[in-house]
Amino acid sequence: METIREYFKSPWRVLVYIILILSAFLWLVPVITGLITSLRTYDEILINGFISWPETITFENFKTAWDRGGLSRYLPNSFIITLPSIVLTMFLSSLAAYALARFKFPANRVIFFTFVGGMMLPFQVLLLPVFKLTDFLGLYDTYWGLIFFHTAFQLGFCTFMLRNYMRTVPGEIIEAARIDGCSEIGIWWKIMLPLTLPAIAAIATLEFTWIFNDYLWAIVLTSNDALKPVTAGLATLQGQFVTDWPVIVAGALIGTLPTLLVFLFLQRYFIEGLTLGSSK
Amino acid sequence: MSRTKRDIIPYLFLVIPVLIYIIWVIAPMFYTFYLSLTNWNGLTTPEFIGFKNYTKLFNDKVFYISLINNLKWLGVFITVPVALGLGLAMMLNTAIPGEKFFKMTFYMPMVLAMVVSGLIWGWMYHPKGGLINTVIVSAGVMAKGPGWLSDRDIVLWSIIIVAIWRQVGYVMVLYLAGLKSINPQLLEAATVDGANRWQVFWGIILPLLTPVTVIVLVISVIDSLRAFDLVSVMTRGGPANASSVLANFMYIESFNNYKMGYGAAIAVILFLISLSFIALYLWRVMQDEMEY
Repeated sequence: METIREYFKSPWRVLVYIILILSAFLWLVPVITGLITSLRTYDEILINGFISWPETITFENFKTAWDRGGLSRYLPNSFIITLPSIVLTMFLSSLAAYALARFKFPANRVIFFTFVGGMMLPFQVLLLPVFKLTDFLGLYDTYWGLIFFHTAFQLGFCTFMLRNYMRTVPGEIIEAARIDGCSEIGIWWKIMLPLTLPAIAAIATLEFTWIFNDYLWAIVLTSNDALKPVTAGLATLQGQFVTDWPVIVAGALIGTLPTLLVFLFLQRYFIEGLTLGSSK
Repeated sequence: MSRTKRDIIPYLFLVIPVLIYIIWVIAPMFYTFYLSLTNWNGLTTPEFIGFKNYTKLFNDKVFYISLINNLKWLGVFITVPVALGLGLAMMLNTAIPGEKFFKMTFYMPMVLAMVVSGLIWGWMYHPKGGLINTVIVSAGVMAKGPGWLSDRDIVLWSIIIVAIWRQVGYVMVLYLAGLKSINPQLLEAATVDGANRWQVFWGIILPLLTPVTVIVLVISVIDSLRAFDLVSVMTRGGPANASSVLANFMYIESFNNYKMGYGAAIAVILFLISLSFIALYLWRVMQDEMEY
């Protein structure tokens, strides 16, 4: 208590604190609105106005969104698409990153910059060919169509990050293993991967939110309602319950729960992932 | 181990990732250039028509609306969230009661799917039952609140506000990391020498944050050019294309109107705009490389 009083001795700090509290409140308004809306009925909101004491609190909207709105189908789909994509990207990018971080060879720079440049492309420049390719491979309207694309595209970012991280591993460890007769694949598996685990955890957390939240590729590479991830499903839900906002908002809240939980529990990794690339 | 065997090893590690990257990312990029020179509806074989898509595009009113909207978006994005994010980072850089709560609050929009944010904000913008107009009307500011998503003059700004709400936390994270790497003794020395807060900020902190600022700006530009989800969910570019952006325009021409050659031409323009910023970023990375 004493330290807090000490802290606010300067009027400058009080001002800063008031600004922070007001901004934080402003930032939370959409979430609070969402929560309140999802627990009320639309009729009641329209009759009494949004700012009124709720007459009844109901969980019916969540149930409607889950059952009739199809979220019970969409939400598992999101996991079926996201988890394999993350495993595949992390696996492949750690292979590529090891080669780029630890070997001198003529094409090293070219390959590295291709990965870095590719990760910043606007999606639209890939949209039509990838759509055509997916169709050609018979993967249109399958989970694999999305999994392959996410895996491939995220290779750019993951390879970039992991390669920079692997560069910081002391060379002596690797040399020692080589002298002991360890194969290169053995060094990658037994030395590099364990030492890069913190970076892998951070990047994988970030990738989870990115891939899980993808909307554009989901609507381009699937049309079958049974395969849609939750983002595309919510757009469908919006069309189905055009005016029943509490149901739409309840659906949106369910749809965002997984990434929100990941963020709450793995916040440290999430933030590390975001700053890995910028603060060298 | 023989010399040649040693030389081949990195390529063995790279062959699968690089192949996948070429097939799904690099080759498609070039193929889009070719498609932009064709007439294609997605089913037939693309038919070569030269630069006709581009001449048509440069006479298309919607193209210019979208382009200008993208530029407005970009202009706002490299200023407003950057300033807000930097300001918040400065405020939260010291130990402060409730620091964790504040940080989480500003980070949170980043992890929500844009679709989710778009839906919730779409409801807040609702002309009658929505929160914003309810507040405006009950506070007596206006008899009838504005049509946030139906008025052609404000719809784009209504969407950009959502994007700012989301972007600020990202900028803040990057600046907080940058601030952490500044040596506090440097700032103390300046204060001892009689510099005030303002002078320390402009004269020392901001220049030291330049590398972070470059990355923040590049990310902001790229994100503003990628803008699609919010527009698609909140307005689909309407009313009367007033909130259309290139990414959304491209999607609608390609997948709703089945003019895929035309869509490819829009994608190429979008790519060319991004190119200079991608190049700037690559140049930055290259400079870091030289330090090794």
